[in-house]
Amino acid sequence: MQTLKLKHLVAVRWFHWINFPLLFIMIWSGILIYWAYPIYHIGPFRFFPSWVYSTLHIDHRLANGMALHFVFMWLFVINGILYVAYTLISGEWKMLVPRSLSAFRDAWYVALHDLHLRGDPPVQGKYNAAQQISYTAIIVMGIGSVLSGLAIYKPAQLAWLTMLFGGYRGARLVHFILTIGYLLFFLVHVMQVILAGWNNFRSMVIGWELSDETGRSGLKTEEHLVHD
Amino acid sequence: MTDHRREIQLPEEQAQRELRRKTRRDFLIAGVAAAGAIGGYEWITTARREDDVPWPQRRVLEANRKLAESYLNDSHLMPTYSPTQVEHLKSNGDIGLDTPLDAAKWQLQVATDSAPPMSLSLDDIKSLPKTEMVTRFCCIEGWSVIAHWGGARFSDFTNKYLPPGARLPGYVYMATAGEDYYVGLDMKSALHPQTLLAYEQNGVPLAPDHGAPLRLAIPVKYGIKNIKRIGLIRYTNTKPGDYWAEEGYDWFAGL
Repeated sequence: MQTLKLKHLVAVRWFHWINFPLLFIMIWSGILIYWAYPIYHIGPFRFFPSWVYSTLHIDHRLANGMALHFVFMWLFVINGILYVAYTLISGEWKMLVPRSLSAFRDAWYVALHDLHLRGDPPVQGKYNAAQQISYTAIIVMGIGSVLSGLAIYKPAQLAWLTMLFGGYRGARLVHFILTIGYLLFFLVHVMQVILAGWNNFRSMVIGWELSDETGRSGLKTEEHLVHD
Repeated sequence: MTDHRREIQLPEEQAQRELRRKTRRDFLIAGVAAAGAIGGYEWITTARREDDVPWPQRRVLEANRKLAESYLNDSHLMPTYSPTQVEHLKSNGDIGLDTPLDAAKWQLQVATDSAPPMSLSLDDIKSLPKTEMVTRFCCIEGWSVIAHWGGARFSDFTNKYLPPGARLPGYVYMATAGEDYYVGLDMKSALHPQTLLAYEQNGVPLAPDHGAPLRLAIPVKYGIKNIKRIGLIRYTNTKPGDYWAEEGYDWFAGL
């Protein structure tokens, strides 16, 4: 006997795969805008080195970037709001949100386990602690991006919001740092998906996952591999 | 979903077949959806251009404008600072400033859709109540500096010079004397209390490269709308042209 388990609900799969190109377009158009005043750096490392702009043809496209950014922001925000509303109404949030501070310790153990520095991963539900923290953080980041974005977009009309981010320049910096955060999230996320394998990736498309274990908890073996 | 159960147990062969069936079906749906998304994006980015922006994007920018314009009111103010916080404002735009200014000959033409234009002198502007403000000047490129302006509120100017009894038109058009550089403004932003016809910067008359003798200081708009060396002001009910909007930027460019 084999067990097929429904892992990802159809709505969540649509939200996820709709968000992917939207976030990509927001980041891409954001970099087209950022090019016009690319001041951020960490020590000698500039965001971004000039070859990035020339290779990707990012230069002199400020108007292009702004138009795309202020068109696709609507779809990005609507999809995000629907996703959050859905997880709240469906109760999915209970599996996604870390329930106690011990999640941070568990997430650390998960990371050590993934790096083969520790034997057994901690006991988990549908998502492990590292996933819970990542998937909750990414939503908080999304809200931060929308709010800091609004603070830069309308610093007169929403002056109070701009103030909350430490002013116009502060809001721009927050907006940028969050973008770098998405790029880092994306790197780790894709790596983990590759490591977790086809069965896991397929479940994000079709919803169902094959479990070799019969009976009781079904997916435990798979779940350990799946951090995304 | 046709199957509302969350777990199905099947003999191995059947389970594999079921999984293949679901995989085929959903990857097909995913493929169609991806093709649709790519097609949609192509359309949004390659449709016929209106002022150098594909028209579907231009429509959304215009919808964004309507939303921002209807929300805007005179109590939405850019934060103000003290003159000691003023920063260096670089001169970033010189379109329409290529001929040397002849201050003695400078005149401001004021026109409406119907009335013949009249000419005003700088003294006419200076006869209006003087307002000083220290506000953030935001360039559309992303940088911003705190700048100190002195001049007449455009709302006071309008009260005085718009022909009495005339209905307030929807827009204002401002241009350099030769109309090399020009901006279009919605009336609400133009009459905003922080919108000045500025003739001073940092307490002294404007420098030529900052728009002498008269420029617009409009902190609720990006720098591109803060036109220098104004030669013409026209009140109009037709949405006016705008130099940078025609180059693909948002016409409203409001903050």
